[in-house]
Formats: sequence, structure tokens, C-alpha cells
Amino acid sequence: MTTPAGDFPSSLSTYPKRPGGDRTDAPVLLEARNLKKYFPVTRGLLVSRVTGYIKAVDGISFQIRPGETLGIVGESGCGKSTTAKMLLMLERPTEGTILYQGQDIYKAEAAKRKEYRSSVQAVFQDPWSSLNPRIRVRELIAEPMVINWSISRKEMQERTGKLLNDVGLSPYHANLYPHEFSGGQRQRLAIARALSLNPKLMVLDEPVSALDVSIRAQIMNLLKDLQQEYGVSYLLIAHHLATVRYMCDWVAVMYLGQIVEFAEMKELFENPLHPYTKALMSAALPSHPDIEQEEMILSGEVPSPLNPPEGCRFHPRCPFVMDRCMEDVPAVQEVRPRHLVNCHLY
Amino acid sequence: MTNRIRIADQPVLEVKDLRTYFRTRWGTVKAVDGVSFDLRRGETLGIVGESGCGKSVTVLSLMRLVPSPPGRIVSGEIILDGQDLLHLTEEQMSKVRGSEIALIIQDPMTSLNPVFSIGNQVMEAVKIHQDIPKKSVFQVALDVLRKVNIPAAEIRMRDYPHQMSGGMRQRVVGAISISCQPSVLIADEPTTSLDVTIQAQYLKLLRELQRESNLGLIFITHDFGIVAKMCDRVAVMYAGRIVEQGSVRDIFNHPSHPYTEALLASVPKLNEDVERLYSIEGQPPALHDLPPGCPFAPRCPYVMQQCYEEYPPVVQLNEAHSAACWRLA
Repeated sequence: MTTPAGDFPSSLSTYPKRPGGDRTDAPVLLEARNLKKYFPVTRGLLVSRVTGYIKAVDGISFQIRPGETLGIVGESGCGKSTTAKMLLMLERPTEGTILYQGQDIYKAEAAKRKEYRSSVQAVFQDPWSSLNPRIRVRELIAEPMVINWSISRKEMQERTGKLLNDVGLSPYHANLYPHEFSGGQRQRLAIARALSLNPKLMVLDEPVSALDVSIRAQIMNLLKDLQQEYGVSYLLIAHHLATVRYMCDWVAVMYLGQIVEFAEMKELFENPLHPYTKALMSAALPSHPDIEQEEMILSGEVPSPLNPPEGCRFHPRCPFVMDRCMEDVPAVQEVRPRHLVNCHLY
Repeated sequence: MTNRIRIADQPVLEVKDLRTYFRTRWGTVKAVDGVSFDLRRGETLGIVGESGCGKSVTVLSLMRLVPSPPGRIVSGEIILDGQDLLHLTEEQMSKVRGSEIALIIQDPMTSLNPVFSIGNQVMEAVKIHQDIPKKSVFQVALDVLRKVNIPAAEIRMRDYPHQMSGGMRQRVVGAISISCQPSVLIADEPTTSLDVTIQAQYLKLLRELQRESNLGLIFITHDFGIVAKMCDRVAVMYAGRIVEQGSVRDIFNHPSHPYTEALLASVPKLNEDVERLYSIEGQPPALHDLPPGCPFAPRCPYVMQQCYEEYPPVVQLNEAHSAACWRLA
């Protein structure tokens, strides 16, 4: 079964979340179709001309269903944060569409776009720079509600208290300023603020990598609990594979702006197929000194997205490179059920 | 891999009861409070802990780079190759620093000077510490850069730090640190700013360098994965003290301090499904206001009355494995 690059078989959408799972026919919440983002590179100060494009994201497609977590893994520069920004409507895609509940958000009317913006929220990596230091927690958490909802002050106060409670803080924290909190607590505040509008989707951009080891587990467990309680979907961006394994239902592996492998979490970790995924797994650190890892250390570095390699973008670093990899762009194939790979080996 | 390196019998570095305190306006911060360990040639010791546990101050104390004031090494001994570093004058110390004990810090962006070419910076280190003719300095610098696998080293020597990627820059820092063949190399979170595949390359390189020159390597990290991959022995630090120390297998198979146990259980695993991670409630304590007893007591699942009253004794579990906990006493 072969489809053009970047376009995943539509049959994927009918798969259940897990065998006998509960979301078999849940409608897709959000779908990205052949999403692209090119940043122009310009030369000249007064009369600038475009000399090339950085292809940050180059044709990716995925779907997120309600209550699911999709993980995007990849190294820096692979386009995972640009993808997140496009979903948050902070960057306009150069090409492709984002469908939210079946509607193209860039073509929808203003009211629908406003609804979209409030139902897709974000939690960023660094809780030291993502919270306004000059307002109290009370205002910080209520701010999205003030802007989007018209509810009474009393309701607002109750809801702020409940949110603080839900993320493991106490209502008295509402009177403090962000600097009075530790890193883990700040990340809890960021989560409470993101949850305040009952979002349908939360974009988590490396939510635990700035935190201490003993705090990471707290936040990961909290996010899982909140997903159960609020039924929110997550798009988790991470570079740490074990974190992805713990948090996600589906995983997309990105390399140089493209998804090279897409599968269910368990399937991906037990049967990685793409050479890049295999290399990532072998580069990941073991959890016990007795675990023997396949030594597959990639040579070189990620090429510049300004001038990505011809053919398969991974071929200059691939240990299994063949002649056709240098010329033909590999097509997306469903090699095993619910397991899509972008590689000539299969 | 690591076990192919011959580990010497005699320690090259011995740290005994090291205490480094900082005077702050909230009181005395006991950042390092009675830390003892030793390191042999060819051995890799991992010092693991969360931010604020004193691992970086331990490193700064070993290099005698503690900013003073407010910091001060209050007591202890740091014996490197038979001489106590704490008794050296500043001038003598600057000869030792870099040539016998070298440091790789976390961020390669800030450890290289942006206005000098990298060849220049490697040659500087060689010139200062080695008494060799001017002509051969270039050759020595070129050799170390080749040793850390910088491709086309002759050409890249003319490059400036901003022209290199993070992984390459960290290699250059590595080249500077090993240029004078130190006996001890300290790596303070050397790979946290690198990508996963680049991290794997760098760890492999460090291991090769260690095997070649039989270095004693100290790895400061918060990541038990790095410990599992790289280290022979581990010291786990909490609130300025080593709470558990032992061989890597002892620590992973029989963690004896509740903190070590909890830390290991709170890390997600790559090759098994974990239904729910153990999470340590609360946060590490503030170091200026430590309670009299065990600093981990408020977060400890096995806490007893005694834990709040007195610091637990260090219990030897076997020859190399020790832990400070009342449960074991």
C-alpha cells in the first residue's frame, strides 16, 4: 500500500486507539495534511531578495483523536517546534491544511478561529520565561478566562481555586507571584493556565526537560491524570525517547522536516523500522548497566535544512544506504499494520 | 567497553571530608558538607544528584575555583598524585589546573572564547602547560584536534567557535582538556546541551580518550542513563552530602538509600512499559536552612522519628558500597 510522500493512508483514521479500545469511531479532533513551512532566506539590506528557503517543515501529515497523546520525536532542527507553532497559529503554514473538527482553520470565519485558539493551548519548556513575573498567580490563571469568557468574579475565583487544586497546588498560592515558586511548581502553574479554558488539545513542547529528575515524574504523572480527568488530547514534543514511551499513544519520528516513521507507541518501540529511529534508540541511554545496546552510532550531523540532501534526506548518515536512496524520494508505506515508514528498505 | 580499561589499584585522587560553605544573607549555605571519595586511573566515577545538591560546587572545589568570597573551602583534603591541592599556593595551583586535573563544563558556548580561532585556543593551552619548542605547538594542537575526531582539523583550526556546531565545539573543549595529558578529567554534564545522536558520539569519544591515556574520569550528571552507560562507580549526592556510594551494579541492583531507590524508580524506561512512575513528593530542601536530621526525611517513604533528630551514620554494606540511612544502621 503506497501513497504519495507525506500523505498518510486515510484508512489510518479508522483504527482504534488500542485493540478493543474505547475510541474506535471517535471523530478525528485535529488533522494536519501535507503541512509545510518554508522560511525565506534574504540577502541585502535595502533591496532584499530571497536567495533560498529553509524548509523547516516539509510536508507532514498526522491526526490526533480526542483523549490521545501524539508524540513527536526528533533532534534539534527537525521542525518539531515549528509544527507546534503552526498548530498554535503562531506561524502560518506555507502550504497544507490544519483541519480542526473537520474544518480548515485558516479558512474558517473569525468566530471559529477564536474558538480554535482557545481550545488549543500550550505548555512550554521553560517555566522561568513562560510566566509573566509581574502579575499574581490569581490573575495569571484567570487571564485567559477574562479574555474569552464572560463569567462573574466569584465563578472565576472558584475555578482558579479548582485549577490550582487539580494541578497539586493550594488555593492560597493564588496570591503569590511566579518567582516564589520552584521550577516544578511553575510548570504546574503553566499547566493550570493552559487548562483554564477547558482546551481540547494541549501542545506540550518539552514540558519536563527543564526540570529536575525527581520533579519530572511528578509532572508526567500529573499530565496523565489530567488527561483522564479533562479528556484533553496532547501533542507532546520531546527528544527523550523514554519520556515519549511513558506518555504517548502514537509516535511520529521527524528528521529534517519530514516524518520518517509513524506508529503506535508499543509497535514503534518494539519494532523500529526506519534506520534513523533505530539509531535514535541505540543512542538513547540505557536504564540499567547490564542492558546491552546495539552500537549504531551515526556519523556526522543533521544537514542544513536550507539545502537538504537529494533523494532520501537521511541517506548521507544512513548505514544501510543504497544507490536509489540518493536519487528517489522514498514513499510512505504501511509496512506493518498501523506502522508507516518512509524508507526504501521496505 | 569500560571493563576493558585496566583500573589501577592506587587512587590517583582522594577527597576526604571536603566542606565548602557559602556565606549568604540568609545564613551559611553548606553546599558541600563532608564529601569523601576516591578515584583510580582508568576508572569512571559518576556523581549523581539534582540541581542544588552540591555536585557542581564539589567540582569547583576540586579545581579550586570556588568564588571567594562568598565561598570558602572550610576543611578537608584533596590529594592528587600525593599532593594536597588545598595546600598549594594560587600560582602552583594554576600549574596543576589544566595539566593534571582538567574540566569540561556543560555549555560549550560559554567555555570557548568567541574572538579567538579554535586553533589559537588549543595552542594556548599547550603553550602554557608544556615546555615544548614554539614550532611544535601547532603540531601538538593539530594532533589533539585529530584525536577528538574533528574532520579536516587543519582547516577547522582557523574557524571561530560560532562557525562550529554544538557537538564540534564540545569536542574542541575536550581537545583543550586532554591536550596536556591530565591524570584526572572532570566532565560536568558535558552532554546536556547536545542532541541524542551527537551525545552518543561524544560519550564514545570520551571513552576512547580514557582508554588511550588511562584517565581517571569524573562524570557529573543528573541522568542515571549516562551512569549506566559510562560509569564504574557511582556517588549519589543529596543536599551537600553523598548519601550512597558503590559500584554501578550495586547501585542499580540494590539501591539502599531511599533517595537512590526513588530516583531510579522515577525515571521512565526505554525498553519496558511502566504503568505509573514513582514520584518523589516535595522538593529538595533549601541548603541554608537544613533541619538537624536527615535532609531527605520529609520526602522519605520510610521515615522514622530518629530521622528527624540526627544525621544517619554511613553504613558499609560491602567493601565498596555504603549508604547513610537509619534503616540500615
